[in-house]
Amino acid sequence: MGSENNVLLEVNNLKMYFPIKRGVFQRRVGDIKAVDDVSFFIRRGETFGLVGESGCGKTTAGRCILQLYRPTAGEVLFEGEDLTQMKGQSLRSMRREMQMIFQDPYASLNPRMTVGSIIGEPLEVHNMAKGKEKRERVQELLKVVGLNPYFVNRYPHEFSGGQRQRIGVARALALNPSFIVADEPISALDVSIQAQIINMLEDLQAELGLTFLFIAHDLSVVRHISDRIAVMYLGKIFEIADRDELYKNPLQPYTQSLLSAVPIPDPVVEETRQRIILVGDVPSPANPPIGCNFVTRCPVKMDVCEEQEPEFKEVSPDHWVACWRIN
Amino acid sequence: MALLEVRDLKTRFYTDDGVVQAVNGVSWSINEGETLGIVGESGCGKSVSVLSILRLIPQPPGKIESGEVMFEDRDLMQLSDDEMRSIRGNKMAMVFQDPMTSLNPVLTINQQISEALTLHLGMSKKEARERTAELLKTVQIPQAEDRLDDYPHQFSGGMRQRAMIAMALSCNPQILVADEPTTALDVTIQAQIIELVKQLRDEIGMAIIWITHDLGIVAGIADRVAVMYAGFIIESAEVKDLYADPRHPYTLGLLGSVPRLDMKKKEKLTPIFGLPPDLIDLPTGCPFAPRCDYKIDRCAERPELRTVAPGHEVACWVDITEERKQ
Repeated sequence: MGSENNVLLEVNNLKMYFPIKRGVFQRRVGDIKAVDDVSFFIRRGETFGLVGESGCGKTTAGRCILQLYRPTAGEVLFEGEDLTQMKGQSLRSMRREMQMIFQDPYASLNPRMTVGSIIGEPLEVHNMAKGKEKRERVQELLKVVGLNPYFVNRYPHEFSGGQRQRIGVARALALNPSFIVADEPISALDVSIQAQIINMLEDLQAELGLTFLFIAHDLSVVRHISDRIAVMYLGKIFEIADRDELYKNPLQPYTQSLLSAVPIPDPVVEETRQRIILVGDVPSPANPPIGCNFVTRCPVKMDVCEEQEPEFKEVSPDHWVACWRIN
Repeated sequence: MALLEVRDLKTRFYTDDGVVQAVNGVSWSINEGETLGIVGESGCGKSVSVLSILRLIPQPPGKIESGEVMFEDRDLMQLSDDEMRSIRGNKMAMVFQDPMTSLNPVLTINQQISEALTLHLGMSKKEARERTAELLKTVQIPQAEDRLDDYPHQFSGGMRQRAMIAMALSCNPQILVADEPTTALDVTIQAQIIELVKQLRDEIGMAIIWITHDLGIVAGIADRVAVMYAGFIIESAEVKDLYADPRHPYTLGLLGSVPRLDMKKKEKLTPIFGLPPDLIDLPTGCPFAPRCDYKIDRCAERPELRTVAPGHEVACWVDITEERKQ
């Protein structure tokens, strides 16, 4: 997909199926197709937004990239090397380059470890620093994320949600990674704190030249932080485009309805907005519809949509769409 | 005349760690058919204030220290528990945040909605069942008759919230209290529910109190907005005035903190620094002063709400509109 040489990460035909097992013998009776044939690439230094509603497979896709799940099929090329084929020591050394920030700052920090040992652990695991050197690095990291370096001996419960998320970011930065998967990093935080974390991530990216995969359900946040955005629905990517192109010229009907469903904090704008209200709910990923995955809710479906899956094509430079209306 | 009027409501929680000052003298009113949005972040007292009005605060540890809630010439705070029960779910109904936990998992949808109908309106079981089917149709649940005997787990999240709304509407309430009813839902489902509530509001003409942290939702649904912070109302205005001319530094800060989908170019957000105060240990002056960019010496004294324009009240010593021009 990405033939340019400034591509850091390339995902080709990624699939992640979770087996459904039944009965005494745990026979495999079907699959949950959490991620079903997804391809995209991320350029060096950019923020790539992955947006979709709950259960669409966006988190699973992020975890597959980091090999926290071993994908069922497909390639994940990081700096040209296929992570899905790696294991043991070689995979572990690649992990130094790729880190993750988790959604829930309450569940993702061990309550019995001090902040110093949480942030210092990756340094020890990867033999990067020990003793005094480690302590200094931890204090430096705390400063980088806007926390007081004297907090090293405190425990997570002594911090607020926003501060905990900063600790999570410091841990992710400990090994000087080039690529970070941020999985809904601000969803659990209050509005006024969200903006603090978003600004910090933007500043860190500018300073450290990081590449982000930013996974979220909130399209206004994703549009704010991302350079390019992929829209996911029921295990498939429906559309990828530049942040402005996606907003001004959404081509896939799901993208269009998603954009129209996001409330805008301005009563004058809201008064005149036309909404596309989708009917019904998302089908189960264990039993997706035949043809296009969006066919059960699509307001402009055609006969062919119920028969065959649309191809994911580049319709204009950097704008990829899967929809029969466009093809 | 106002349909419901709240005066100087104070609610506290007596915990082992100290006294949590959750709601600190809040006054507001709502007119017939009006939609009031109450906005604020977690812990600002928005839910506790309406739960207090409905007398749903667990006592102890909670205690409503003072306040009058005038509804139909009666003070709800003075009613007996029985009298209150006849109002709750009947003239005032509530939709809660989490449709997963607010429905009883071992009762069918019909049993849960019929309960209010038999209790408040004295319907027979058969009448109640018919009315329940009608209500489910009103909230646009497909094949409503066939779904009556389903259990909540057989409904999706959006359908459960629809069932909750059907239950709230069952007795034709004059006031619907919606406490973050769409927060647990996906955006496309959220849009469905908001559209549905707006439609029903126009048909039935009930007043709505909509509690949320989402400034976007309020902009689309409310007529008037009250912004809460640390248990105080710090600003209240007509919805358009509030967004066009926010007068409190906190309101201004909130609006600067949220990215807008329709923004023209990539701009930095302007976050509010610091954290909300600990409600056990509230500052004696303005509760927002420690985080405020416009702070002056006088902020050590607590400001009362004052009228700055017709229908626009703010609790701040500083005229930030003047300050921002400079």
